[in-house]
Amino acid sequence: MARAGSGRRRVMAQIAMVMNLDKCIGCHTCSVTCKQAWTNRDGMEYVWFNNVETRPGQGYPRRYEDQEKWRGGWELNKRGALKLKNGGRIKSLLEIFSNPELPEIKDYYEPWTYEYRNLTDAPLGDDYPVAEPRSLISGKPMKIEWSSNWDDNLGGATEHGHLDPMVAKVRSQAADKVKFAFEQTFMFYLPRICEHCLNPSCVASCPSGAMYKREEDGIVLVDQDHCRGWRKCVTGCPYKKVYFNHRSGKAEKCTMCYPRVEVGLPTVCSETCVGRLRYLGVILYDPDQVTAAASEPDDTKLYEAQLGVFLDPADPGVREDAERSGISYDWIEAARRSPVHALISRYKVALPLHPEYRTLPMVWYVPPLSPVVDALNETGHDGEDASNLFGAIDTLRIPLEYLAEIFTAGDVGPVRASLEKLAAMRAHMRAINLGDAPDGSVAESVGMTGPEIEEMYRLLAIAKYEERYVIPTAAVADARRLEESAVPDTCSLDHQDGPGMGGDGPFGQDSGGRKRLPLVTVENFHVLRKRQTADEQPSAAEKANAAPEEDR
Amino acid sequence: MKTLLWGALPYIAFVLLVAGTVWRYRYDKFGWTTRSSQVYESKLLNIASPMFHYGILFVLVGHLVGLFLPMSWTEGFGVDEHTYHLFSLYGGTAAGVLLVLGILLLLYRRRTNTPVFRATTANDKLMYLVLFAAIVLGMVAKLTHTSGDGYNYRESIGPWARSLFTLRPDIDRMTGVPLLYEIHAVVGMVLFALIPFTRLVHMFSAPVQYLFRPYVVYRSKDPSRVGARPERRGWERTGS
Repeated sequence: MARAGSGRRRVMAQIAMVMNLDKCIGCHTCSVTCKQAWTNRDGMEYVWFNNVETRPGQGYPRRYEDQEKWRGGWELNKRGALKLKNGGRIKSLLEIFSNPELPEIKDYYEPWTYEYRNLTDAPLGDDYPVAEPRSLISGKPMKIEWSSNWDDNLGGATEHGHLDPMVAKVRSQAADKVKFAFEQTFMFYLPRICEHCLNPSCVASCPSGAMYKREEDGIVLVDQDHCRGWRKCVTGCPYKKVYFNHRSGKAEKCTMCYPRVEVGLPTVCSETCVGRLRYLGVILYDPDQVTAAASEPDDTKLYEAQLGVFLDPADPGVREDAERSGISYDWIEAARRSPVHALISRYKVALPLHPEYRTLPMVWYVPPLSPVVDALNETGHDGEDASNLFGAIDTLRIPLEYLAEIFTAGDVGPVRASLEKLAAMRAHMRAINLGDAPDGSVAESVGMTGPEIEEMYRLLAIAKYEERYVIPTAAVADARRLEESAVPDTCSLDHQDGPGMGGDGPFGQDSGGRKRLPLVTVENFHVLRKRQTADEQPSAAEKANAAPEEDR
Repeated sequence: MKTLLWGALPYIAFVLLVAGTVWRYRYDKFGWTTRSSQVYESKLLNIASPMFHYGILFVLVGHLVGLFLPMSWTEGFGVDEHTYHLFSLYGGTAAGVLLVLGILLLLYRRRTNTPVFRATTANDKLMYLVLFAAIVLGMVAKLTHTSGDGYNYRESIGPWARSLFTLRPDIDRMTGVPLLYEIHAVVGMVLFALIPFTRLVHMFSAPVQYLFRPYVVYRSKDPSRVGARPERRGWERTGS
């Protein structure tokens, strides 16, 4: 609480994300809308800024978590200092003429299309014409052998399951923990975007200095004018979320939809998420502690170390320091109301993805509890009774050890604590729903209070739009101007070959009227928000009256 | 003809190189890249590309020493013509062989690997032709003049090259230079003129600054600019 009197603490703000894995149904809507928005261009066919992986599974690109092979992220050298796993600066420059650790397109998958023309143009014959698959890379007919979600829903798990690097790790400790036999196996979905790390190894690997972290909101971007196509970032990123555009010869990555976030809108993947499992908000952190936290010698303590870097926006000292560091009032307020801060630091139910890569990732996950309740019910127990639930966590279908390899470098402690809180929440809320007085000891046993559990329930289960996304605008004082005049009629990335290319605006390509149409937002931010957060759908009559109403 | 080749061409090439590079930097930063094809094919490239690049760097150093260090300097260091010749013959040939093998492998890869070939533009083909010609001609010129102390270009081509800096090119020095050397020099100058207009520009972005900058780069928005930046010349949106 008390700030050290001497030396002022620097404070920086970051837009971070939390995903509640219990709610992910693996529908890939986020992936598809993201692709439509950002990567539906030549050279980017294989690129998924957002992808959803079935775990256990190999991930995308295949086995990207095997850092002994792909050399992503950081490690500690003999003196305990951080160094890039792929080697220091001199080695990097000596290897600049070819990158020995670069994944090839085939490690992702070879994108293809079908020869649809053949269906109508084939000469008359006895056989039905077929649309043959054709590679978008070589243009030749190809045999489809793998694709981005080939092992979706455990497809082929009996054959390929052991190729998941995390499965191999868990099995090396407890051989019987991960089973792929029917009715014995388990799975959950893991949606992944760029982690926008506090200690980004992609940025550190870029020889040209073209990659950078934005000071205002921590979004990690590639400067397309300065990228020279050395491909070191692709190797440097342990999550393999920087991709090489093979047409333009430049690196591209998830932009956290910054053109949207800047005006207070959630990212496309969040906005379109069917399960409403994504949370966006501001986190305040101390940039001067980042290196120390990333240098924590014990892999399993990296989670705690990263929590230590985050600052509590409710603390007046932090708020004062933040203001002094140039963070505007509405950002500090947003940080205080941040759902992400609540899930990560207050309730401690969200966990980082692979903290052992030492990049201090900023997209965190609430681990999945779901199958346990059904499993308990099936055995004839009361699945939502707290004592049954707590006991069952250790024997979950999804082994704690497997979750721990993904979220806490193998330490089951924080994963169990998080799942216990979720279980306690179920028991507590069930009591309320049944009209009983909730048993205070349940909340107490996970270190929370009843009201806290109810708040967490509201955030996780009710998950209102305006509570899931608390995004301060880049210039909120100027919001009106931003909406109507400073924002161009198109996306700022919508230039030739740029990431936004291919968008034809709201009126479509053939309307041809974009130039002549007056520059007004079709639906401004507040109207949109009103609509999205309304409890009821507007009736037809209301819709018809909508325009005059807004004029009032 | 002689004036054109040895008096004018070097300056034309130099002006094209400098002006072209400035133009490219100002108008086509987005196109300024290695245009790597490694995501298509990695195995051959991992062997061939370092061979080629290290080879050409050694060859570059050889050319700089041979052309721009006067004979009197090397002799001042106690290196006589015979020693120099042997050094240049064996060292140069070793680097040259590395270079030629490298580019042959790269060309083979580019032609036989369909995705790589599909990503090859007409501009690339022209560049490869000139680059390959320059390399092969250089090797041939060197290896066909090995008898005795070989052809001593440091008494003819070298002084001519240095005279270029005085803006009074000593064209007469180039009389009697073997034809192969002459062609190699002309092709070489054409290659230099081509650099800014082809993917070869990536040579000017050798990222030495990487050794000195902090690992993580932060940038902040220009506070005077709200919203998107105005379009710049050469970056106007197309099709609107």
